[in-house]
Amino acid sequence: MGYAHEIPGGAAWSATVRAARTVTFTARGADANLSLLLVSADRLDRLNIPDTLKAQMSACIRPPMVLMSDRGQALASVTGSSLDWHDALTGFGHETHLERFGPSSYGADRNAWRRAAHTGLVSELTRHGLSEVDLHGCVNVFTKIAVADDSGLSYSPGHCHVGDTFTLRTEQDLLLVATTAPHPMNPGPWAPAPVLVEVGIAEPPAPDDPSHTFRDESARALDETRKALL
Amino acid sequence: MSSSLSTTELDAGTAVYDEVVAAGDGALITVPAGGELRIVDLHGNQAVDTLLYDAHDVRNRYSAFDTVREQRAVYLTTGSRLLSTRLDELAVISADTCGRHDTVGGACAQESNVIRYGEHTRHQHACRQTFLRYGAAAGIGQRELGHNINFFMNVPVAPDGGLHFADGLSAPGKYVQLRASRDVLVLISNCPQLNNPCNGWDPTPVRLLGWWAP
Repeated sequence: MGYAHEIPGGAAWSATVRAARTVTFTARGADANLSLLLVSADRLDRLNIPDTLKAQMSACIRPPMVLMSDRGQALASVTGSSLDWHDALTGFGHETHLERFGPSSYGADRNAWRRAAHTGLVSELTRHGLSEVDLHGCVNVFTKIAVADDSGLSYSPGHCHVGDTFTLRTEQDLLLVATTAPHPMNPGPWAPAPVLVEVGIAEPPAPDDPSHTFRDESARALDETRKALL
Repeated sequence: MSSSLSTTELDAGTAVYDEVVAAGDGALITVPAGGELRIVDLHGNQAVDTLLYDAHDVRNRYSAFDTVREQRAVYLTTGSRLLSTRLDELAVISADTCGRHDTVGGACAQESNVIRYGEHTRHQHACRQTFLRYGAAAGIGQRELGHNINFFMNVPVAPDGGLHFADGLSAPGKYVQLRASRDVLVLISNCPQLNNPCNGWDPTPVRLLGWWAP
């Protein structure tokens, strides 16, 4: 039996998820953004976006890539998505990015107060005995930041629609830390979309599993995790 | 942002700091606010993996992806503001005769070498060991290692989402220079990577020159 949880727009969330689970994120609104951090069970090893990208020759996250850690292990595999681009180059927003929306506080806005991704991620990390030191490059699920020929970056509005999905298979026990604050390069009004999280039991990978057969580098990362879990 | 070349008038003869970092070695340098640190690629095509920290609080460290997002461009060059995880400006690239530098390719580690090149590379020397060795004196351990800059390294990012390591744009004598915006620690690994073209397949020494009030 799995479970589902809806993260409201503009909120932060964290959960421990055991190995061999599926974690599906579904956008409940257009232009959703979920900034996602991954930490291993030892709370030391964590997602390494540069290593993940260079090993798989990609500037974004898409199926069937393997999300790799500082210590060269597969943390999770991207087993499915309705989108072919999830940003991993532009990090998450800070309180300064909210200034254009005007002041907001709990006193005035109750639980609809506007808080930045950075604030929410640090709050969730702290809950697990971690701190701002443990922040690292995130996956901005559902967000595309286009890269121009001259390396310029621009937000792609309309990339994510209601119902778009992103699915991970956990390859080891993980702490997932996330926020649904809007991407800081989203020029639109404050309209953070909720994201549904569904956790279930994963089927054992088949011999032709796309992540295992994607590249030699992906297979080696998965094998390092296999060795660590023996 | 288009790449731009620039030079500076500072004379090596007036530097208060002048060190050659051997191939595969590293350094930890304290640069006071306003100080200038030049990194010279003595032999060409030598990646210099670099991290920066607020000298008074190493939790406030260089953030590659905050830097990239705020400048709206992937590569670093003259004028790039090197931002921290708290969005503080740690340093600015004040001069650059190379043209552009990578900050999304990360540093090599024994483990990432195994993934990229195979088990036979597990015991090859890698940047992460150098970072941890030289960072220890300042309390910089595994948790404090963020995603770094690769000066003189060329990692083209394509509009279709592709990314690869290409031959360097650098050449003997090219340099890049940082002006510290506050007191900073600069942690350097002169990259020992042998398995890709980032060091021209032959890691070589680099020279560090510093100008600040002694």
